[in-house]
Amino acid sequence: MSKTFTKLGDWLKTNLFSSYANSFVSLVLILLVIWTLPPLLNWLLFSADFAGNTKEACDSGGACWVFIKVRLSQFIYGFYPTSELWRVNLSLIIVALGIFGSLSGKMGPKSWWLIITSTGIPLFVWLFLTGSLFGLTLVETSSWGGLLVTLVISFVGIAFSLPLGIILALARRSSMPVLKVLSTIFIESWRGVPLITVLFMSSVMFPIFLPEGWQIDKLLRALLGVLFFASAYMAEVIRGGLQAIPKGQYEASDALAMSYWQKQRFIILPQALKHVIPGIVNNFIALFKDTTLVSIIGMYDLLGIAKSAQSDPEWLGYTTEGYVFAGFVFWIFCFLMSRYSLSLEKDLTKNTH
Amino acid sequence: MNPFARLIYHEKTRPITIQCVCLVAFLVVTATLVYNAGVNLKEQGVASGFGFLFERSGFSINQMPISYTEDSSYFRAFLVGLLNSIIVSFLGIIIATVLGFFIAICRLSSNFLLSKLAMIYVEILRNLPLLLQIFFWYFVILAALPSVRESYELFDTFYLNNRGINIPRLVSEPASGLVLLSVVLMILGLFGYHKYINYHHMQTGKRLAIWPAYLVSGLLFLCILWLRDFPYSFEVPKLGGFNFEGGLVLYPEFLALLFSLSLYTAAFIAEIVRAGILAVPKGQVEAAKSLGLSHGVTLTKVVIPQAMRVIVPPLTSQYLNLTKNSSLAAAIGYPELVSVFAGTVLNQTGQAVEVIALVMSVYLTLSLSLSAIMNLYNKKIQLTER
Repeated sequence: MSKTFTKLGDWLKTNLFSSYANSFVSLVLILLVIWTLPPLLNWLLFSADFAGNTKEACDSGGACWVFIKVRLSQFIYGFYPTSELWRVNLSLIIVALGIFGSLSGKMGPKSWWLIITSTGIPLFVWLFLTGSLFGLTLVETSSWGGLLVTLVISFVGIAFSLPLGIILALARRSSMPVLKVLSTIFIESWRGVPLITVLFMSSVMFPIFLPEGWQIDKLLRALLGVLFFASAYMAEVIRGGLQAIPKGQYEASDALAMSYWQKQRFIILPQALKHVIPGIVNNFIALFKDTTLVSIIGMYDLLGIAKSAQSDPEWLGYTTEGYVFAGFVFWIFCFLMSRYSLSLEKDLTKNTH
Repeated sequence: MNPFARLIYHEKTRPITIQCVCLVAFLVVTATLVYNAGVNLKEQGVASGFGFLFERSGFSINQMPISYTEDSSYFRAFLVGLLNSIIVSFLGIIIATVLGFFIAICRLSSNFLLSKLAMIYVEILRNLPLLLQIFFWYFVILAALPSVRESYELFDTFYLNNRGINIPRLVSEPASGLVLLSVVLMILGLFGYHKYINYHHMQTGKRLAIWPAYLVSGLLFLCILWLRDFPYSFEVPKLGGFNFEGGLVLYPEFLALLFSLSLYTAAFIAEIVRAGILAVPKGQVEAAKSLGLSHGVTLTKVVIPQAMRVIVPPLTSQYLNLTKNSSLAAAIGYPELVSVFAGTVLNQTGQAVEVIALVMSVYLTLSLSLSAIMNLYNKKIQLTER
């Protein structure tokens, strides 16, 4: 018993009270934590309301999670018809399966899963959710919302921006001046402007550039904007990886008489992409967070739903709960992705040394 | 080989073929888009061109660094928006840098609690969407402040309420011109003296004291103020009717944007600075210690200059991100470029192409010039190998 106490004492002394200044800082911080943490936890959990279905159930002074509970389906599915929710759930399962397959490698070759997840699955999910396939009920994208829209935009953005980014990066490093200039202009002009202007452009300007009578769905337009924006950033990350490949690798593959695509496919890209996986995942995280901007052009993603919920006359005064819940969901996704990127980074450094 | 196959397969002609195809495809696509735009705009009856910029705008803006009324032109509105964007980005960059460096140092501290709290700050803030943070500040924190009549106050001069922060405003009288001039001259003089001290140090190895120069300038400044009879006064906000009168008002939209932008970016800067400091080899610190350098000198002359080389390039892109992210103000109605121009002006005039093109080119210019400045700085601190 006394041994653990001495250990604890030692730990405290080295980590919190190693000098006068350190002790002072520690004391102030301990006071700060005591002052803020209990009321916060109290509000979040201990005196929060979970039971009930009406506003009247919220009377204990803490957070009113009843509000979230009542609106949970809106937070997740938006205004997708209740009878068709199984389609959303099924799509989510398929996408999750695809992502798991391409990451784990336990269900067959990763590369096949990656190709299916980034081409077939998004297409299938789009047709399946809109209902233009298999004779299902048509569901307009304007009634999609909540987490569904957030996930659709970020998934499509992630799945398509990687191949597009690779092509752009290769073009920018190519020896053909026309390709080089075109891709440089493309990349730099997307990177130089804020995403919100891109979204404004997609919602206001895009229709002007289409031939008469053509119309593109609003969600699809926003998706295209996000996609081009994300692939420009992706291209720059991948270019960083390409630059790190020693010249000898190119010369060796030339000496083996490989064609350009063979060289890229088997020698250069596998090494280059491996170098920049953490950067790529960071781009994914940024893209995921950036999907919230579609709420500014009047779409109801998770944040948009949280914002619209604050003006519901039946539930006035529960703004905080809505944002805290939305924030919690976003945080979980981003945190998991960033942890995944960290573990990849560790694996990669282990393998190379 | 037949001539057609030769175009595709021959080593010499192949790149030319590919480039021609790409160029033609690009030109065709661009031409189609422009043609469509022309047809559609004609149909909508929108006159193209930038002539609308000089028409009367007819809307008001509540936060303006330069004078602006409903009778001003759209171009004036554009300037107001641009200045507001620049103000919020500039202040945001300063706050985010200071806070980011501070948090990075806390994160590296040997104090367990301090470093863990800094880590929690970074992990929470950078994994939440910025727009959500802006909304949280605007709709939750600032909206919860008391009304104007029950404002929090400090010394009867600073007031905090749900309509923002009221602070005194510095009013300068006509006689202040000379004071301003003398301040500029003094700053130049001090800058020159710094240069001279460095030069003297290089030449002789002796370091001159800097404090007398500051003391002299300070006294000189006071003398000039006294001679010109203190040509400055503070206009203190006073509660009158339903709102404060006089003084300077920092509106909640501005505060929400500034706070969320700088706190969010500070989390990223903290990680960049931490990585930069950790990238300095341990041997450098040990070598400095064995030379008998003090802790402070080791930090300022050995660690930080080397860390800066790693820090500056990613720091530049964070500054650019902050500037571009200031456009999220459109969501809460702070009148910066995007919300004034791509919002109000676009709705009023319907000149989508011109407005969006103008806004995008402003951001492109801002981004390019900021990165040019940072590239200059980067070049200055790079390792010079002799």
